[in-house]
Amino acid sequence: MKVSVIGGGVVGLCVATVLAERGLNVTLYERAEAPGPAACSWWAGGMLAPWCEGESAEEPVVRLGREAITWWSERVGGVVLNGSLVVATPRDAADLRRFARMTECHEAVDAERIAALEPDLEGRFRRGLFFAGEGHLDPRRALADLVARLQGLGAELRFGTEVSPQDAPGDKVIDCRGLGARDDLPELRGVKGEMLVLHAPDISLSRPVRLLHPRIPLYVVPRGEGVFMVGATMIESGERWRITARSMMELLGAAYTLNPAFAEAEILETGVDARPAFPDNLPRLLREGRILRANGTYRHGYLLAPALAQQAAALLLEPETEPEFFHGHNRQRRSA
Amino acid sequence: MPVFYGEIVESPLLLGTSLYPSPAIMAEAVRASACDIVTVSLRRESGSARTGQDFWGFIRDLGVRVLPNTAGCHSVKEAVTTAKMAREVFGTPWIKLEVINDAETLAPDVFGLVEAARILTDEGFQVFPYCTEDLGVAARLIEAGCEVLMPWGAPIGSARGLNNVYGLRSLRAHFPDVPLIVDAGLGLPSHAAAAMELGYDAVLLNTAVAKASDPVAMADAFARAVEAGRIGFEAGAMEPRDMAAPSTPVLGKAFLE
Repeated sequence: MKVSVIGGGVVGLCVATVLAERGLNVTLYERAEAPGPAACSWWAGGMLAPWCEGESAEEPVVRLGREAITWWSERVGGVVLNGSLVVATPRDAADLRRFARMTECHEAVDAERIAALEPDLEGRFRRGLFFAGEGHLDPRRALADLVARLQGLGAELRFGTEVSPQDAPGDKVIDCRGLGARDDLPELRGVKGEMLVLHAPDISLSRPVRLLHPRIPLYVVPRGEGVFMVGATMIESGERWRITARSMMELLGAAYTLNPAFAEAEILETGVDARPAFPDNLPRLLREGRILRANGTYRHGYLLAPALAQQAAALLLEPETEPEFFHGHNRQRRSA
Repeated sequence: MPVFYGEIVESPLLLGTSLYPSPAIMAEAVRASACDIVTVSLRRESGSARTGQDFWGFIRDLGVRVLPNTAGCHSVKEAVTTAKMAREVFGTPWIKLEVINDAETLAPDVFGLVEAARILTDEGFQVFPYCTEDLGVAARLIEAGCEVLMPWGAPIGSARGLNNVYGLRSLRAHFPDVPLIVDAGLGLPSHAAAAMELGYDAVLLNTAVAKASDPVAMADAFARAVEAGRIGFEAGAMEPRDMAAPSTPVLGKAFLE
Protein backbone atom coordinates (compact mmCIF):
# COMPACT_ATOMS: atom_id res chain seq x y z
CA MET A 1 0.00 0.00 0.00
CA LYS A 2 1.31 3.46 -0.92
CA VAL A 3 0.47 6.12 1.64
CA SER A 4 0.91 9.88 1.48
CA VAL A 5 1.23 11.70 4.77
CA ILE A 6 0.67 15.43 4.57
CA GLY A 7 2.19 17.64 7.24
CA GLY A 8 5.62 17.52 8.86
CA GLY A 9 4.70 18.49 12.41
CA VAL A 10 4.74 16.05 15.28
CA VAL A 11 1.56 14.28 14.15
CA GLY A 12 2.67 13.84 10.52
CA LEU A 13 6.12 12.62 11.54
CA CYS A 14 4.72 10.17 14.10
CA VAL A 15 2.16 8.84 11.62
CA ALA A 16 4.84 8.41 8.94
CA THR A 17 7.14 6.71 11.46
CA VAL A 18 4.53 4.23 12.66
CA LEU A 19 3.50 3.39 9.08
CA ALA A 20 7.09 3.02 7.87
CA GLU A 21 7.91 0.82 10.86
CA ARG A 22 5.03 -1.41 9.80
CA GLY A 23 6.56 -1.74 6.36
CA LEU A 24 4.30 0.56 4.36
CA ASN A 25 5.51 2.63 1.43
CA VAL A 26 5.30 6.13 2.90
CA THR A 27 5.81 9.56 1.33
CA LEU A 28 5.66 12.59 3.60
CA TYR A 29 4.84 16.02 2.19
CA GLU A 30 5.63 19.20 4.10
CA ARG A 31 5.48 22.65 2.59
CA ALA A 32 8.33 23.99 4.75
CA GLU A 33 11.92 23.15 3.87
CA ALA A 34 12.47 21.23 7.13
CA PRO A 35 10.71 20.74 10.47
CA GLY A 36 10.56 24.30 11.68
CA PRO A 37 8.62 27.26 13.03
CA ALA A 38 5.63 26.74 10.74
CA ALA A 39 4.52 23.77 12.87
CA CYS A 40 3.24 24.42 16.37
CA SER A 41 5.14 21.36 17.60
CA TRP A 42 8.32 23.39 16.96
CA TRP A 43 7.24 25.70 19.78
CA ALA A 44 6.14 23.00 22.21
CA GLY A 45 7.44 22.63 25.74
CA GLY A 46 8.27 18.98 25.18
CA MET A 47 7.06 17.95 28.60
CA LEU A 48 6.16 14.29 28.83
CA ALA A 49 3.88 14.97 31.76
CA PRO A 50 0.70 12.93 31.42
CA TRP A 51 -0.14 12.94 35.13
CA CYS A 52 0.27 16.70 35.45
CA GLU A 53 -1.87 17.24 32.38
CA GLY A 54 -4.56 15.18 34.10
CA GLU A 55 -5.29 18.29 36.15
CA SER A 56 -7.47 19.56 33.32
CA ALA A 57 -7.22 16.99 30.53
CA GLU A 58 -9.47 14.02 29.88
CA GLU A 59 -8.51 10.51 30.91
CA PRO A 60 -7.08 9.36 27.52
CA VAL A 61 -4.38 12.02 27.78
CA VAL A 62 -3.10 10.47 31.01
CA ARG A 63 -3.34 6.85 29.85
CA LEU A 64 -1.97 7.28 26.34
CA GLY A 65 0.50 9.96 27.39
CA ARG A 66 2.11 7.45 29.74
CA GLU A 67 2.73 5.13 26.80
CA ALA A 68 4.16 8.05 24.82
CA ILE A 69 7.06 8.35 27.27
CA THR A 70 8.25 4.87 26.25
CA TRP A 71 7.53 5.50 22.57
CA TRP A 72 9.72 8.59 22.47
CA SER A 73 12.48 7.08 24.63
CA GLU A 74 12.87 4.24 22.15
CA ARG A 75 13.06 6.47 19.07
CA VAL A 76 14.70 9.83 19.67
CA GLY A 77 17.64 11.18 21.61
CA GLY A 78 17.54 13.60 24.48
CA VAL A 79 14.58 12.16 26.38
CA VAL A 80 15.19 12.91 30.06
CA LEU A 81 13.29 10.96 32.69
CA ASN A 82 13.82 13.06 35.80
CA GLY A 83 10.19 13.61 36.65
CA SER A 84 8.62 17.02 36.97
CA LEU A 85 8.05 19.41 39.82
CA VAL A 86 4.98 21.52 40.54
CA VAL A 87 5.23 24.48 42.89
CA ALA A 88 3.03 27.38 43.94
CA THR A 89 3.57 30.59 45.86
CA PRO A 90 1.93 30.69 49.32
CA ARG A 91 -0.92 32.86 48.00
CA ASP A 92 -1.81 30.13 45.50
CA ALA A 93 -1.68 27.27 48.04
CA ALA A 94 -5.31 26.48 47.23
CA ASP A 95 -4.34 25.87 43.60
CA LEU A 96 -1.70 23.39 44.73
CA ARG A 97 -4.27 21.51 46.83
CA ARG A 98 -6.60 21.41 43.85
CA PHE A 99 -3.79 20.20 41.58
CA ALA A 100 -3.01 17.37 44.02
CA ARG A 101 -6.67 16.42 44.15
CA MET A 102 -7.04 16.32 40.37
CA THR A 103 -3.86 14.32 39.60
CA GLU A 104 -2.25 10.99 40.44
CA CYS A 105 1.21 9.51 40.94
CA HIS A 106 2.73 12.42 42.78
CA GLU A 107 4.57 12.88 46.02
CA ALA A 108 4.06 15.92 48.26
CA VAL A 109 7.40 17.62 48.76
CA ASP A 110 8.56 20.17 51.33
CA ALA A 111 11.19 22.89 51.13
CA GLU A 112 13.99 20.50 51.97
CA ARG A 113 13.02 17.97 49.34
CA ILE A 114 12.51 20.70 46.72
CA ALA A 115 16.01 21.99 47.46
CA ALA A 116 17.39 18.46 47.15
CA LEU A 117 15.69 17.97 43.78
CA GLU A 118 16.44 21.42 42.41
CA PRO A 119 19.20 23.21 44.33
CA ASP A 120 18.51 26.43 42.42
CA LEU A 121 15.01 26.58 43.88
CA GLU A 122 16.28 26.37 47.45
CA GLY A 123 14.35 28.60 49.82
CA ARG A 124 11.86 29.66 47.15
CA PHE A 125 8.95 27.29 47.84
CA ARG A 126 7.76 25.45 50.91
CA ARG A 127 5.39 23.05 49.23
CA GLY A 128 5.15 21.28 45.93
CA LEU A 129 4.37 18.06 44.13
CA PHE A 130 6.91 15.77 42.53
CA PHE A 131 5.81 13.55 39.63
CA ALA A 132 8.66 11.04 39.51
CA GLY A 133 7.43 9.12 36.47
CA GLU A 134 7.39 12.04 34.07
CA GLY A 135 10.01 13.25 31.64
CA HIS A 136 10.78 15.79 28.96
CA LEU A 137 12.39 16.04 25.57
CA ASP A 138 13.68 18.73 23.25
CA PRO A 139 10.96 19.00 20.58
CA ARG A 140 13.26 20.28 17.87
CA ARG A 141 15.71 17.45 18.38
CA ALA A 142 12.85 14.94 18.54
CA LEU A 143 11.43 16.14 15.20
CA ALA A 144 14.87 16.02 13.57
CA ASP A 145 15.52 12.54 14.96
CA LEU A 146 12.21 11.29 13.56
CA VAL A 147 13.17 12.68 10.14
CA ALA A 148 16.49 10.80 10.31
CA ARG A 149 14.72 7.65 11.45
CA LEU A 150 12.25 7.89 8.56
CA GLN A 151 15.13 8.24 6.13
CA GLY A 152 16.67 5.13 7.65
CA LEU A 153 13.40 3.28 7.20
CA GLY A 154 13.35 4.17 3.51
CA ALA A 155 10.43 6.58 3.63
CA GLU A 156 10.37 9.32 1.04
CA LEU A 157 10.46 12.84 2.53
CA ARG A 158 9.35 15.69 0.34
CA PHE A 159 10.03 18.87 2.24
CA GLY A 160 9.30 22.12 0.46
CA THR A 161 6.36 20.50 -1.33
CA GLU A 162 2.78 21.60 -0.87
CA VAL A 163 0.15 19.03 -1.83
CA SER A 164 -3.53 19.03 -1.01
CA PRO A 165 -5.02 15.81 0.39
CA GLN A 166 -7.30 15.57 -2.66
CA ASP A 167 -4.40 15.72 -5.09
CA ALA A 168 -1.89 13.64 -3.16
CA PRO A 169 -0.85 10.39 -4.84
CA GLY A 170 -1.11 6.98 -3.20
CA ASP A 171 -3.80 4.52 -2.16
CA LYS A 172 -4.37 6.33 1.08
CA VAL A 173 -3.75 9.88 2.27
CA ILE A 174 -3.34 10.88 5.89
CA ASP A 175 -3.96 14.55 6.44
CA CYS A 176 -1.89 15.76 9.41
CA ARG A 177 -1.85 19.46 8.61
CA GLY A 178 -3.07 20.67 12.00
CA LEU A 179 -4.69 24.10 11.67
CA GLY A 180 -3.77 24.03 7.98
CA ALA A 181 -6.71 21.64 7.57
CA ARG A 182 -9.11 24.07 9.16
CA ASP A 183 -11.16 24.68 6.01
CA ASP A 184 -11.86 20.94 5.81
CA LEU A 185 -12.66 20.48 9.51
CA PRO A 186 -15.40 22.87 10.60
CA GLU A 187 -15.10 22.03 14.29
CA LEU A 188 -11.37 22.64 14.49
CA ARG A 189 -10.26 25.80 16.27
CA GLY A 190 -6.95 27.38 17.23
CA VAL A 191 -5.83 27.92 20.81
CA LYS A 192 -3.08 30.47 20.87
CA GLY A 193 0.09 29.79 22.82
CA GLU A 194 3.05 32.06 23.40
CA MET A 195 6.48 31.04 24.67
CA LEU A 196 9.97 32.31 25.27
CA VAL A 197 13.41 30.79 25.05
CA LEU A 198 15.80 32.21 27.62
CA HIS A 199 19.51 31.82 28.15
CA ALA A 200 20.36 31.93 31.84
CA PRO A 201 23.73 30.22 32.33
CA ASP A 202 23.72 30.85 36.09
CA ILE A 203 20.62 28.73 36.64
CA SER A 204 20.42 25.02 36.44
CA LEU A 205 17.30 22.86 36.57
CA SER A 206 17.12 19.09 36.08
CA ARG A 207 13.47 18.84 35.16
CA PRO A 208 10.47 20.90 34.06
CA VAL A 209 9.03 23.05 36.81
CA ARG A 210 5.42 24.18 36.75
CA LEU A 211 4.35 27.24 38.62
CA LEU A 212 0.66 27.16 39.44
CA HIS A 213 -1.25 30.22 38.49
CA PRO A 214 -4.98 30.74 38.89
CA ARG A 215 -5.52 30.90 35.13
CA ILE A 216 -2.81 29.16 33.13
CA PRO A 217 -0.14 26.62 33.99
CA LEU A 218 3.20 28.27 33.40
CA TYR A 219 6.29 26.13 33.16
CA VAL A 220 10.02 26.32 32.65
CA VAL A 221 11.66 23.44 30.80
CA PRO A 222 15.46 23.07 30.83
CA ARG A 223 16.91 22.56 27.37
CA GLY A 224 20.49 22.15 28.53
CA GLU A 225 23.49 24.49 28.41
CA GLY A 226 21.68 27.24 30.28
CA VAL A 227 18.79 27.40 27.82
CA PHE A 228 15.22 27.31 29.10
CA MET A 229 11.86 27.27 27.42
CA VAL A 230 9.14 29.22 29.25
CA GLY A 231 5.56 28.54 28.25
CA ALA A 232 2.84 28.74 27.57
CA THR A 233 -0.21 30.91 27.36
CA MET A 234 -3.61 29.47 26.48
CA ILE A 235 -5.83 31.91 24.66
CA GLU A 236 -9.00 31.09 22.75
CA SER A 237 -7.86 32.62 19.51
CA GLY A 238 -6.55 31.36 16.20
CA GLU A 239 -4.05 34.22 16.03
CA ARG A 240 -0.52 32.97 15.46
CA TRP A 241 1.58 35.96 14.67
CA ARG A 242 2.28 38.13 17.71
CA ILE A 243 3.19 37.85 21.36
CA THR A 244 1.55 40.48 23.54
CA ALA A 245 3.23 42.46 26.28
CA ARG A 246 0.76 40.97 28.77
CA SER A 247 1.74 37.42 27.85
CA MET A 248 5.43 38.23 27.88
CA MET A 249 5.03 39.71 31.37
CA GLU A 250 3.18 36.65 32.62
CA LEU A 251 5.80 34.28 31.23
CA LEU A 252 8.72 36.32 32.53
CA GLY A 253 6.91 36.77 35.84
CA ALA A 254 6.71 32.99 36.21
CA ALA A 255 10.40 32.54 35.46
CA TYR A 256 11.31 35.35 37.84
CA THR A 257 9.18 33.83 40.60
CA LEU A 258 11.00 30.52 40.25
CA ASN A 259 14.38 32.17 40.50
CA PRO A 260 15.00 35.94 40.41
CA ALA A 261 18.25 35.28 38.54
CA PHE A 262 16.05 34.79 35.45
CA ALA A 263 15.83 38.59 35.40
CA GLU A 264 19.35 38.58 33.98
CA ALA A 265 18.52 36.03 31.28
CA GLU A 266 18.97 36.82 27.62
CA ILE A 267 15.77 36.44 25.62
CA LEU A 268 16.83 34.22 22.72
CA GLU A 269 13.47 33.68 21.08
CA THR A 270 9.81 34.46 21.37
CA GLY A 271 7.38 32.06 19.80
CA VAL A 272 3.69 32.13 18.95
CA ASP A 273 1.42 29.61 17.37
CA ALA A 274 -2.07 28.18 17.64
CA ARG A 275 -2.73 24.60 18.64
CA PRO A 276 -5.37 22.72 16.65
CA ALA A 277 -8.22 21.58 18.90
CA PHE A 278 -11.70 20.11 18.67
CA PRO A 279 -14.40 21.20 21.15
CA ASP A 280 -13.56 18.43 23.66
CA ASN A 281 -9.82 19.15 23.31
CA LEU A 282 -9.21 15.51 22.29
CA PRO A 283 -7.81 14.40 18.92
CA ARG A 284 -9.91 12.82 16.20
CA LEU A 285 -9.49 10.53 13.22
CA LEU A 286 -12.00 11.26 10.51
CA ARG A 287 -12.47 9.32 7.29
CA GLU A 288 -13.36 10.97 4.00
CA GLY A 289 -12.99 8.52 1.12
CA ARG A 290 -9.32 7.60 0.79
CA ILE A 291 -8.36 10.51 3.06
CA LEU A 292 -7.95 10.00 6.77
CA ARG A 293 -7.67 13.16 8.81
CA ALA A 294 -5.63 13.00 12.01
CA ASN A 295 -5.91 16.22 13.96
CA GLY A 296 -6.74 18.08 17.16
CA THR A 297 -3.91 17.11 19.51
CA TYR A 298 -4.33 20.52 21.23
CA ARG A 299 -1.60 21.11 23.83
CA HIS A 300 -0.78 17.40 23.89
CA GLY A 301 1.05 16.88 20.59
CA TYR A 302 3.98 14.92 22.01
CA LEU A 303 1.79 13.02 24.46
CA LEU A 304 -0.87 11.96 21.98
CA ALA A 305 0.74 11.87 18.52
CA PRO A 306 2.20 8.35 19.01
CA ALA A 307 -1.19 6.92 20.01
CA LEU A 308 -2.97 8.86 17.27
CA ALA A 309 -0.45 7.49 14.75
CA GLN A 310 -0.93 3.92 15.95
CA GLN A 311 -4.69 4.30 15.71
CA ALA A 312 -4.40 5.79 12.22
CA ALA A 313 -2.27 2.81 11.19
CA ALA A 314 -4.85 0.44 12.62
CA LEU A 315 -7.60 2.11 10.61
CA LEU A 316 -5.52 1.82 7.45
CA LEU A 317 -4.51 -1.79 7.88
CA GLU A 318 -7.68 -3.17 9.46
CA PRO A 319 -10.49 -0.94 8.15
CA GLU A 320 -13.09 -2.69 10.33
CA THR A 321 -11.50 -1.58 13.61
CA GLU A 322 -12.82 1.40 15.48
CA PRO A 323 -9.97 2.88 17.46
CA GLU A 324 -10.63 5.24 20.33
CA PHE A 325 -10.08 8.51 18.45
CA PHE A 326 -11.98 7.40 15.34
CA HIS A 327 -14.81 9.83 14.91
CA GLY A 328 -16.49 8.32 11.88
CA HIS A 329 -16.89 10.15 8.67
CA ASN A 330 -16.14 13.81 8.34
CA ARG A 331 -19.22 15.99 8.44
CA GLN A 332 -20.16 18.13 5.51
CA ARG A 333 -18.40 21.41 5.50
CA ARG A 334 -20.18 24.35 6.98
CA SER A 335 -21.85 26.22 4.14
CA ALA A 336 -20.39 29.64 3.55
CA MET B 1 -38.36 36.18 37.84
CA PRO B 2 -35.49 38.61 37.45
CA VAL B 3 -35.92 41.51 35.05
CA PHE B 4 -32.80 43.22 33.69
CA TYR B 5 -33.34 46.34 31.59
CA GLY B 6 -36.84 45.22 30.71
CA GLU B 7 -35.80 41.68 29.78
CA ILE B 8 -37.39 38.92 31.82
CA VAL B 9 -35.13 35.95 32.45
CA GLU B 10 -36.11 32.59 33.81
CA SER B 11 -33.03 31.54 35.76
CA PRO B 12 -31.44 33.56 38.57
CA LEU B 13 -28.05 32.08 37.68
CA LEU B 14 -25.53 33.82 35.43
CA LEU B 15 -22.55 31.71 34.46
CA GLY B 16 -19.08 32.75 33.26
CA THR B 17 -17.41 30.94 30.36
CA SER B 18 -13.72 31.08 31.30
CA LEU B 19 -11.40 28.46 32.78
CA TYR B 20 -13.23 25.27 31.76
CA PRO B 21 -11.22 22.19 30.75
CA SER B 22 -12.66 22.42 27.23
CA PRO B 23 -15.35 24.29 25.28
CA ALA B 24 -17.34 21.05 25.17
CA ILE B 25 -17.41 20.83 28.98
CA MET B 26 -18.24 24.53 29.19
CA ALA B 27 -21.22 24.03 26.88
CA GLU B 28 -22.40 21.04 28.90
CA ALA B 29 -22.07 22.98 32.16
CA VAL B 30 -24.08 25.85 30.71
CA ARG B 31 -26.84 23.39 29.78
CA ALA B 32 -26.74 21.74 33.21
CA SER B 33 -26.95 25.12 34.94
CA ALA B 34 -30.13 25.97 32.98
CA CYS B 35 -28.89 29.56 32.96
CA ASP B 36 -30.26 32.09 30.50
CA ILE B 37 -27.28 34.42 30.56
CA VAL B 38 -23.56 33.72 30.19
CA THR B 39 -20.77 36.22 30.63
CA VAL B 40 -17.79 36.30 28.34
CA SER B 41 -14.56 38.21 28.62
CA LEU B 42 -13.25 39.62 25.39
CA ARG B 43 -9.79 40.62 26.46
CA ARG B 44 -9.02 37.40 28.25
CA GLU B 45 -10.13 35.13 25.46
CA SER B 46 -8.80 36.80 22.41
CA GLY B 47 -6.84 39.99 22.74
CA SER B 48 -8.40 41.53 19.66
CA ALA B 49 -11.75 41.60 17.95
CA ARG B 50 -10.64 39.71 14.87
CA THR B 51 -9.19 36.59 16.36
CA GLY B 52 -11.59 35.09 18.87
CA GLN B 53 -14.21 34.14 16.32
CA ASP B 54 -14.15 30.39 16.93
CA PHE B 55 -14.67 30.69 20.66
CA TRP B 56 -17.36 33.34 20.26
CA GLY B 57 -19.04 31.03 17.79
CA PHE B 58 -19.29 28.46 20.60
CA ILE B 59 -20.79 31.07 22.89
CA ARG B 60 -23.35 32.14 20.31
CA ASP B 61 -24.24 28.51 19.63
CA LEU B 62 -25.18 28.01 23.28
CA GLY B 63 -28.44 29.75 22.50
CA VAL B 64 -28.38 31.87 25.65
CA ARG B 65 -28.14 35.59 26.12
CA VAL B 66 -24.58 36.95 26.29
CA LEU B 67 -23.45 39.50 28.85
CA PRO B 68 -19.99 40.56 27.68
CA ASN B 69 -17.68 41.89 30.36
CA THR B 70 -14.74 44.22 30.67
CA ALA B 71 -12.77 41.85 32.92
CA GLY B 72 -9.23 42.90 33.63
CA CYS B 73 -9.71 46.58 32.74
CA HIS B 74 -7.90 48.93 35.09
CA SER B 75 -8.96 52.29 33.69
CA VAL B 76 -12.10 54.03 32.49
CA LYS B 77 -10.68 54.39 29.00
CA GLU B 78 -9.80 50.71 28.75
CA ALA B 79 -13.23 49.64 30.01
CA VAL B 80 -15.07 51.94 27.61
CA THR B 81 -13.02 50.71 24.63
CA THR B 82 -13.59 47.07 25.58
CA ALA B 83 -17.33 47.68 26.00
CA LYS B 84 -17.53 49.13 22.50
CA MET B 85 -15.66 46.16 21.07
CA ALA B 86 -18.04 43.82 22.90
CA ARG B 87 -21.07 45.56 21.46
CA GLU B 88 -19.62 45.13 17.99
CA VAL B 89 -18.88 41.43 18.46
CA PHE B 90 -22.05 40.34 20.24
CA GLY B 91 -24.54 42.93 19.04
CA THR B 92 -25.89 43.62 22.52
CA PRO B 93 -26.14 46.86 24.52
CA TRP B 94 -25.56 44.87 27.73
CA ILE B 95 -22.17 45.17 29.36
CA LYS B 96 -20.85 43.90 32.66
CA LEU B 97 -18.64 46.76 33.70
CA GLU B 98 -15.49 45.96 35.65
CA VAL B 99 -12.99 48.66 36.47
CA ILE B 100 -10.40 47.11 38.73
CA ASN B 101 -8.57 49.15 41.34
CA ASP B 102 -6.34 46.70 43.11
CA ALA B 103 -4.53 43.86 41.38
CA GLU B 104 -4.31 41.74 44.55
CA THR B 105 -7.96 41.76 45.61
CA LEU B 106 -9.45 42.71 42.21
CA ALA B 107 -11.54 45.19 44.17
CA PRO B 108 -13.49 47.57 41.96
CA ASP B 109 -12.31 51.14 41.46
CA VAL B 110 -15.65 52.66 42.41
CA PHE B 111 -14.78 56.18 41.23
CA GLY B 112 -13.75 54.94 37.78
CA LEU B 113 -16.76 52.66 37.76
CA VAL B 114 -19.23 55.51 38.22
CA GLU B 115 -17.48 57.56 35.55
CA ALA B 116 -17.38 54.69 33.05
CA ALA B 117 -21.02 53.83 33.79
CA ARG B 118 -22.03 57.41 32.99
CA ILE B 119 -20.07 57.44 29.72
CA LEU B 120 -21.44 54.08 28.59
CA THR B 121 -25.03 54.87 29.57
CA ASP B 122 -24.81 58.08 27.54
CA GLU B 123 -23.68 55.99 24.59
CA GLY B 124 -26.70 53.71 24.85
CA PHE B 125 -25.22 50.83 26.82
CA GLN B 126 -27.16 49.00 29.51
CA VAL B 127 -24.60 48.68 32.26
CA PHE B 128 -24.26 45.91 34.86
CA PRO B 129 -21.62 47.35 37.21
CA TYR B 130 -19.43 45.07 39.31
CA CYS B 131 -19.37 47.06 42.55
CA THR B 132 -19.00 46.79 46.31
CA GLU B 133 -21.92 46.77 48.75
CA ASP B 134 -21.31 50.47 49.58
CA LEU B 135 -24.65 52.30 49.66
CA GLY B 136 -23.22 55.64 48.48
CA VAL B 137 -21.57 54.05 45.48
CA ALA B 138 -24.80 52.21 44.69
CA ALA B 139 -26.71 55.49 44.70
CA ARG B 140 -24.13 57.09 42.38
CA LEU B 141 -24.30 54.18 39.97
CA ILE B 142 -28.08 54.43 39.83
CA GLU B 143 -27.76 58.19 39.22
CA ALA B 144 -25.35 57.39 36.40
CA GLY B 145 -28.08 55.34 34.74
CA CYS B 146 -27.48 51.79 35.98
CA GLU B 147 -30.69 49.81 36.39
CA VAL B 148 -28.93 46.74 37.80
CA LEU B 149 -26.22 46.49 40.46
CA MET B 150 -23.75 43.68 40.96
CA PRO B 151 -22.09 43.83 44.39
CA TRP B 152 -19.35 41.35 45.14
CA GLY B 153 -19.84 38.51 47.60
CA ALA B 154 -16.07 38.23 48.11
CA PRO B 155 -12.98 38.91 45.97
CA ILE B 156 -13.09 37.34 42.50
CA GLY B 157 -12.07 33.69 42.46
CA SER B 158 -11.74 33.49 46.26
CA ALA B 159 -14.62 31.04 46.93
CA ARG B 160 -15.28 32.72 50.28
CA GLY B 161 -19.01 33.23 49.86
CA LEU B 162 -20.78 36.27 51.29
CA ASN B 163 -18.14 38.23 53.22
CA ASN B 164 -20.46 40.98 54.38
CA VAL B 165 -23.95 39.67 54.85
CA TYR B 166 -24.97 42.76 56.81
CA GLY B 167 -23.84 45.04 53.97
CA LEU B 168 -25.61 42.99 51.32
CA ARG B 169 -28.82 42.87 53.38
CA SER B 170 -28.63 46.61 53.89
CA LEU B 171 -28.15 47.20 50.14
CA ARG B 172 -31.18 45.03 49.43
CA ALA B 173 -33.25 47.00 51.95
CA HIS B 174 -32.15 50.39 50.58
CA PHE B 175 -32.85 49.55 46.96
CA PRO B 176 -35.85 47.22 47.05
CA ASP B 177 -36.76 47.87 43.41
CA VAL B 178 -33.32 47.67 41.79
CA PRO B 179 -32.37 44.22 40.47
CA LEU B 180 -29.36 43.07 42.49
CA ILE B 181 -26.94 40.32 41.48
CA VAL B 182 -24.25 38.95 43.78
CA ASP B 183 -21.22 38.77 41.54
CA ALA B 184 -17.91 37.15 42.44
CA GLY B 185 -16.47 35.21 45.33
CA LEU B 186 -18.97 32.35 45.50
CA GLY B 187 -17.51 28.88 45.93
CA LEU B 188 -20.34 26.63 47.08
CA PRO B 189 -23.95 26.11 46.08
CA SER B 190 -24.89 27.09 49.65
CA HIS B 191 -23.27 30.51 49.09
CA ALA B 192 -25.56 31.04 46.10
CA ALA B 193 -28.57 29.86 48.09
CA ALA B 194 -27.67 32.28 50.89
CA ALA B 195 -27.57 35.21 48.44
CA MET B 196 -30.97 34.27 47.07
CA GLU B 197 -32.35 33.91 50.61
CA LEU B 198 -31.36 37.55 51.22
CA GLY B 199 -33.76 38.48 48.44
CA TYR B 200 -31.16 39.00 45.73
CA ASP B 201 -32.45 38.65 42.20
CA ALA B 202 -29.61 36.55 40.86
CA VAL B 203 -26.03 35.39 41.33
CA LEU B 204 -23.13 35.37 38.89
CA LEU B 205 -20.27 32.91 39.14
CA ASN B 206 -17.61 31.22 37.04
CA THR B 207 -14.65 29.64 38.83
CA ALA B 208 -16.78 27.70 41.32
CA VAL B 209 -18.18 25.70 38.41
CA ALA B 210 -15.27 25.78 35.94
CA LYS B 211 -12.67 24.62 38.49
CA ALA B 212 -14.81 22.01 40.22
CA SER B 213 -13.62 18.44 39.76
CA ASP B 214 -16.83 17.85 37.81
CA PRO B 215 -17.97 21.19 36.36
CA VAL B 216 -21.18 19.80 34.88
CA ALA B 217 -22.37 18.29 38.18
CA MET B 218 -21.44 21.50 40.01
CA ALA B 219 -23.42 23.58 37.50
CA ASP B 220 -26.43 21.41 38.25
CA ALA B 221 -25.86 21.84 42.00
CA PHE B 222 -25.81 25.64 41.64
CA ALA B 223 -28.99 25.54 39.55
CA ARG B 224 -30.78 23.71 42.37
CA ALA B 225 -29.26 25.97 45.04
CA VAL B 226 -30.46 29.22 43.46
CA GLU B 227 -33.88 27.70 42.97
CA ALA B 228 -34.03 26.58 46.62
CA GLY B 229 -32.79 29.98 47.80
CA ARG B 230 -35.34 31.85 45.74
CA ILE B 231 -38.24 29.69 46.85
CA GLY B 232 -36.98 29.95 50.44
CA PHE B 233 -36.98 33.74 50.23
CA GLU B 234 -40.42 33.87 48.66
CA ALA B 235 -41.79 31.42 51.22
CA GLY B 236 -40.84 33.81 54.04
CA ALA B 237 -38.38 32.42 56.53
CA MET B 238 -39.04 32.00 60.23
CA GLU B 239 -37.38 34.51 62.54
CA PRO B 240 -34.35 33.33 64.49
CA ARG B 241 -34.67 33.38 68.29
CA ASP B 242 -32.42 32.72 71.24
CA MET B 243 -34.35 30.00 73.06
CA ALA B 244 -35.57 26.63 71.92
CA ALA B 245 -39.21 26.52 70.80
CA PRO B 246 -40.51 22.98 70.65
CA SER B 247 -42.64 22.16 67.69
CA THR B 248 -44.86 19.93 69.82
CA PRO B 249 -46.11 20.82 73.29
CA VAL B 250 -44.05 19.34 76.15
CA LEU B 251 -46.45 20.28 78.91
CA GLY B 252 -49.09 17.69 79.63
CA LYS B 253 -47.98 15.29 76.92
CA ALA B 254 -49.05 11.69 77.20
CA PHE B 255 -46.74 9.57 79.35
CA LEU B 256 -45.86 6.30 77.74
CA GLU B 257 -44.49 3.41 79.76
